[in-house]
Amino acid sequence: MRDFLIKLASLNRTTIYLIITIGVLLPLVVPLNLGQKMSPPTERLYTFIDTLPKGSHILLSADYDPSTLPELQPMLEAIVKHAVLRGVIPIVMSLYPQGTGLGIQACEKARLELGARPDTDYVILGYKPGFSAVILGIGEDIRKIFPTNYSGIPLDSIPAMRGVKNYNDIALVVSFSGGSTPFAWVTYANTKYGQKIASGITAVSAADFYPYLQTGQFIGALMGMKGAAEYEYQVNKLLEKEGFKKAKSVFAVRGMEANSIAHFLIMLFIVVGNIGYFLTKKRREA
Amino acid sequence: MLQRKIPLAMVFVFGVISTLQYFVPHPLSQQYYDTMLKWMIGVGSMAIFLALVSFLRHHYVRLRKKEHAPYSAVAILSFLFMTLVGFIGGMGPGSVFQKMFYYVQAPLQATMFSLLSYYMASASYRAFRAKSFEATLLLITAFIVMFSVTTFGNYVPGVPKALEWIMAVPNMASKRGIAIGVSLGSIATSLKIILGVERNWLGG
Amino acid sequence: MHISHDPWIWIAAILTLAIFSFLYKDNPFFKMAEHIFVGVATGYGFVYTWNNGIYPNLLRPLFVDHQILFVIPFILGLMYLSVVVPKFAYFIRWPFAFLLGVGSGLSIPLAFRASLVEQIKYTILPNPHGMSMGLFINALLILIGVVTVVLYFYFSTPHEGVMKPVTKVGIVFLMVGFGASFGYTIMARFSLLVGRFEFLLGNWLGVLPWLR
Repeated sequence: MRDFLIKLASLNRTTIYLIITIGVLLPLVVPLNLGQKMSPPTERLYTFIDTLPKGSHILLSADYDPSTLPELQPMLEAIVKHAVLRGVIPIVMSLYPQGTGLGIQACEKARLELGARPDTDYVILGYKPGFSAVILGIGEDIRKIFPTNYSGIPLDSIPAMRGVKNYNDIALVVSFSGGSTPFAWVTYANTKYGQKIASGITAVSAADFYPYLQTGQFIGALMGMKGAAEYEYQVNKLLEKEGFKKAKSVFAVRGMEANSIAHFLIMLFIVVGNIGYFLTKKRREA
Repeated sequence: MLQRKIPLAMVFVFGVISTLQYFVPHPLSQQYYDTMLKWMIGVGSMAIFLALVSFLRHHYVRLRKKEHAPYSAVAILSFLFMTLVGFIGGMGPGSVFQKMFYYVQAPLQATMFSLLSYYMASASYRAFRAKSFEATLLLITAFIVMFSVTTFGNYVPGVPKALEWIMAVPNMASKRGIAIGVSLGSIATSLKIILGVERNWLGG
Repeated sequence: MHISHDPWIWIAAILTLAIFSFLYKDNPFFKMAEHIFVGVATGYGFVYTWNNGIYPNLLRPLFVDHQILFVIPFILGLMYLSVVVPKFAYFIRWPFAFLLGVGSGLSIPLAFRASLVEQIKYTILPNPHGMSMGLFINALLILIGVVTVVLYFYFSTPHEGVMKPVTKVGIVFLMVGFGASFGYTIMARFSLLVGRFEFLLGNWLGVLPWLR
């Protein structure tokens, strides 16, 4: 038995890669259909958007690139759909060039699947270089920072932007990021202008956001694929209720099931690795 | 003068005025603030040329080395192609430019980072050992969090609450301690830059 | 199985597999894909920065709307190009000096409030509306955790005497924090792999009926 355990703890790299690949692939092919429950930070964000008056504006900043796409893209897509269903107008922008393409993709889904109209039901402002200057500038006059949308149409010619001058006219900013960009939104938009901020973040930085959730500097947050799956699941229920069954997406829900199996495999690897380590150590000492 | 003194003076003057304007609610201060925000976007945008120069220079040099030449040629051609389709064909949904982003750039970048999961699995198996009290504590917390974030964890009574407690109490306290240290450090660094004590940014 | 007929999906799939080939070892397919990425990403960044930044926020105000003051950021921006001529390369410090000066100046008071005042305030006064016994214990734990972690990073005094047990408590909190981060990191890394598999199996090979 001891020899077997020691052997088990010395698998080669290829075997580990193979186990991981099969462990992730299987639940994708054979879905587990486990559903999702909202955690408190997700629920706070969902409820906030859900209870906004029709015609309100929310600013969604796609501050990420494809390296974090599987976690953050389903969040952005679900929130755009949620807003459109509730008659809230999402204004999509980005502090990084790549975020624009991903924002366009999310809005295109809402257009094709929910019949949302560009520049009326949603607006794509696109990328603007300058980072802190952009966040601060929106607090003064959004037209000075974004004279046009991403394709060159002046903001004054966009019906959905009528009456939007600065943060006073924006109910919520959600920054989606694989790094610390949401903190910049807190520092510049929340601290200076009192703007309400929420974040969609990758799991790798989730733990770092709790101090700012407790202070209320973030009103809510979606954390990693789990947060994406929770929001997606909730929006799916709403889509079904509103008769948009075909617009349902389970990218993150299914992804989280595969992720769950991967978590168990990692836990197993750690346990087996440690048993092997202690047995080998004991044998050496004996 | 042109090399060091003027840049140091610029940092000092702009730094001091920009800090003070926060506390001065005067129209002149507001005008300065508005102007600076617009200028920052302009100057910040132009930094792309720095990236372009270093990209083109790096690959141009490598074109002369036999083993790197084909790859660098591909990098330069990809850049030229993307730039041309962007300026000529437009950037709207359905354009070649956006398709290149969705079907070339996005999958390449996403896949590169996905390789990390294999390395992480391998490292967990080989290196994550409960050798000391501290390492064991880290391991136990990681196990609880890992189980709790799985979809199964949602359905075990008490688990979601335990996760929320770990994240919102001990984890939060530790991350806040770190955050306070980091902010003190970054504010001090900003001050040192403005006052000219920290000059590393000037380079060689 | 409904394998895709879209040539773009095929390109994406082949490039995905080329990157995955690195798991076996470094090879020309991987290198080629890597360089395509570098070129395409640089082009993408340049086109967007020109169309959404340089033109509407600098060139248009200066040359079309004749706002003459924009000549200053324009000249500062041109100074980036001084790296091309080594003799004048030091001019690159000017735009940096401008951005560093204004950026630091604007951020100091705001970062002070956001990351220090608010964080300290909510550590000392976590709930102004009163609290239950459980919440009180949590608040106390948070206070102890924050103070001991900050003291752990205070290296001006050796961690001896009274500082020794204090910093030991700090380490306990830090380890729980790192454990929590590690636990979540697994999800971050595997999400990326899951995303690629969803693409290969679903969008390309068409074996996932739930993925449209």
